[in-house]
Amino acid sequence: MAEIIRRSKALAVNPLKASQPLGAALAFLGLDNCIPMLHGAQGCSAFGKVFLVRHFREPIPLQTSAMDQVSTIMSADENVIEGLRVLCEKNHPDIIGLPTTGLSEVQGTDIRRLVRRFREQHPQFAATAVVPVNTPDYSGCLESGYALALEAVIDALVEAPQPHGSGRRKKQVNVLAASMLTPGDIECLREWIAAFGLRAVVLPDIGDSLDGHLVAAESTPLTFGGTAKSEIARMGESAATLVIGRSLSRAADLLRERTGVPDRRFDHLLGLDACDAFTLVLAEISGQAVPAAIERQRAQLQDAMVDSHFMTCFLRVGIAADPDLLVALGQFLAGAGAEVVAAVAPARAEVLADLPSAAVRIGDLEDLERAAEAGRAQLIVSNSHAAACAERLGVPLLRAGFPQYDRVGGYARTWVGYRGARAALFDVANLFLGNHHDTPVHRSIYRPDYRSDGRRDAPCRPAPEAGLARR
Amino acid sequence: MRQDPAGRFRLFRTVKDLSFWHAACDYLCKPTRTAMKAAEIAELQNEPACVHNKKEKSGCVKAKPGATAGGCAFDGAQIALLPIADVAHIVHGPAACAGSSWDNRGARSSGPMLYRVGMTTDLTEQDVIMGRGEARLFHAIKQAIDDYAPAAVFLYATCVTALIGDDLEAVAAAASKRWGTPVVSVDCAGFYGTKNLGNRIAGEAMFRQVVGSREPDPVPESAQRPGITVHDVNLIGEYNIAGEFWQVAPLFDELGLRILCTLSGDARFREVQTMHRAEASMVVCAKALLNVARKLEEGYGVPFFEGSFYGISDTSQAFRDFARLLDDADLAARTERMIEREEMKIRAALAPWTARLEGRRALLYTGGVKSWSVVSALQDLGMTVVATGTKKSTEEDKQRIREIMGEDARMITDGSPGALLQAFKDTRADLLIAGGRNLYTALKARIPFLDINQEREFAYAGYRGMLELARQLALTLEAPVWAKVRAPAPWSAPQSICASATTVRAAGHG
Ligand code: SF4
Repeated sequence: MAEIIRRSKALAVNPLKASQPLGAALAFLGLDNCIPMLHGAQGCSAFGKVFLVRHFREPIPLQTSAMDQVSTIMSADENVIEGLRVLCEKNHPDIIGLPTTGLSEVQGTDIRRLVRRFREQHPQFAATAVVPVNTPDYSGCLESGYALALEAVIDALVEAPQPHGSGRRKKQVNVLAASMLTPGDIECLREWIAAFGLRAVVLPDIGDSLDGHLVAAESTPLTFGGTAKSEIARMGESAATLVIGRSLSRAADLLRERTGVPDRRFDHLLGLDACDAFTLVLAEISGQAVPAAIERQRAQLQDAMVDSHFMTCFLRVGIAADPDLLVALGQFLAGAGAEVVAAVAPARAEVLADLPSAAVRIGDLEDLERAAEAGRAQLIVSNSHAAACAERLGVPLLRAGFPQYDRVGGYARTWVGYRGARAALFDVANLFLGNHHDTPVHRSIYRPDYRSDGRRDAPCRPAPEAGLARR
Repeated sequence: MRQDPAGRFRLFRTVKDLSFWHAACDYLCKPTRTAMKAAEIAELQNEPACVHNKKEKSGCVKAKPGATAGGCAFDGAQIALLPIADVAHIVHGPAACAGSSWDNRGARSSGPMLYRVGMTTDLTEQDVIMGRGEARLFHAIKQAIDDYAPAAVFLYATCVTALIGDDLEAVAAAASKRWGTPVVSVDCAGFYGTKNLGNRIAGEAMFRQVVGSREPDPVPESAQRPGITVHDVNLIGEYNIAGEFWQVAPLFDELGLRILCTLSGDARFREVQTMHRAEASMVVCAKALLNVARKLEEGYGVPFFEGSFYGISDTSQAFRDFARLLDDADLAARTERMIEREEMKIRAALAPWTARLEGRRALLYTGGVKSWSVVSALQDLGMTVVATGTKKSTEEDKQRIREIMGEDARMITDGSPGALLQAFKDTRADLLIAGGRNLYTALKARIPFLDINQEREFAYAGYRGMLELARQLALTLEAPVWAKVRAPAPWSAPQSICASATTVRAAGHG
């Protein structure tokens, strides 16, 4: 049980938080033939786009209702109607996601009413579903915005099954995928499930839309791939729903209520225990024995755990990430014997209490840096923004979460599953080996000083950067 | 944890509606309000020295819902001011503004790194509803001063804080009085307009609140050289992306041109304070900060010219223009000698590259302003620029482009991915040169690409920058990957995936 320490600073320094509207946009990007349009001023979409483009290294469809001076003061209702019309007319999307922002929320927008008005005024665009969701950026974080959007998608698009239709497709399962899952993770999940003869409907499926693959079509104004609208509508026909990530609890409740499909919930799929729990459920749902290939992967992971425990055990780590991912990483690393000495989340969530660490702080990367320094962390796990902080601490950084812009392929990394866990263990162990601090050299007072002949004698830590010295 | 959203919003709406109308009324009626008045914004949009306004309004089109790309005024203000490296830059607003944008730009500093520390008040729902934004900001300033000892603190307004009427100017005044560190407010809410407007707002804030508040230090004795009169100059709109200005800076030293301030690249607060004492300013590439140059001229008699450090000829021209404005015959003579030497050196170094690049065809899409300077750099390398983007260009820009590229220069106004790829095909271009936004447009279409935007990693300015430019051009043009990604898999039908046909996926698919 981790104690949750509230934010106490007026100023967030080196923010960890990415905003709710951004998270909502991400969820919509996992739907096929879709485009999100943020209801706000143009900057939020532009920043969001750059943020996602740099992370995924993919073109990202994202539009804005473009509120300006006049519409902010008078009314921005027309902006929404007009924006929806333009998108429908130009691109004929299957789905338009419509997250609000802090600006439109403070203005008092009634986003659902605007969608109804759009329907009345433009019945010709009935084929395009519009999914509004309230995601002001002054609450929550990327993870919660994503979860809210998913809830809205379920609410708007999942149909209540026909009588006796619920669970009709015995070989089909739904997967509700939280924002901590990468495209690589989704791919792995799909194969894992397929190994039991089941077909997965993943919502949202960024494994299909943002996995980064070249296609014949050269330019697409909408998402290319993702969960199809028609599939979402029929999620009630699946035999079961697998929910990955505590942040999706409300979305899962809604789906179960709407469809009557039973669900099984997992906080995450990192590490041996989590993988075993998931595998067991798949065996149960499918009625099939665990395939030999998966047994083999499990044995490989066990081998890797044994091999790397010299490096991972007692390893002091500092982690900063959105709540689901933070807990996933924390439990995974603790399972390998590591000690979580610093933990920071950008916003509160129920799941944080389950972090295997004395405390978790609601805060920013400055908090992480201070806690990691105090706890003498040997490894930092966080997004690319933490690179400077890891450098100042003189410890390596394992990149996880959003955004990852200073390396290629972070989005493609697979964390989940037995193989994902094995690769992650190897990486943690190697980062430790690469940064292993030997016993400090002792120079006897009776021996000559080697420093003058140019031999390296400086400490490994870089000099503190000018201007950053704290008083 | 999360409350029922419906309930929350019901509660919120009543409070919110009140505060909104409050803000709106203040905003419209009270001239003392912090939120910038429409008139002030209009004035900034009407920058007299901006050619956009002499000719046509194409530079200032209204954003269209559902069809808008590009950043907000806050974004623009940050681009213009973040490179002032010893300042604590505090973004006053909820998470979206700083959260997805901090530390994402390529401006380099030779000293303090404070500008790369992301700072925001990260307002919560409670702050917004209860109107606690100003108080939080006040404490935030204290925290920044205590922890980071900045030379100054800059406060940036954003959409939410402008709408709820937080008075940044008053907070800034109170805080600087209380703690003795200069605090500067920048009223740049995103909804005021585009990035360009934000640049101007930033320039205006510097001119009004910072410039003129200190006299320059005397030139250190150790830097004096016999026979060389030191002239003080400003650079405006140079951001030192990837440290590229450091390739030009040694030449300034050589000629005896002391750069009082670069607004803003590798800049310091104390340098901005002294800009009024320069003898000449150069507005580099971007027209966005032209207002600062103009006001320095009007207010302090500092003449300015517009130029660029991209390409051999433009770099040389920039130095000639300084010599001309400074009206120093000796400087002019030394400048000519320097230019001759540098041009000879770089042309020799470029020769092997030009041989490889000769005749290759580039499609340039920069959104307009920088077009002609990049065109001349590419021509210096022997390349053909087959078309250029002129979306933000004025008639004057276009005239200049025609002069450089010839009468039948193709100009592109539609920058959508589809249109760009179509133009690429029509002009039989070999590569696309554009901002990062179009990077994946090109790569997805399997065509070579060169990034010339804010976030790029490479230094292209000055004579030496041409070498890097040539190298990067050759690198993408000659990469062996293109042939491999264009060819179909050996087991599929023998029809190659064409590198230029634009296929927009049919609607309704899936
Ligand atoms: S548009 Fe407004 S809310 Fe959005 S990033 Fe710009 S300033 Fe912030």
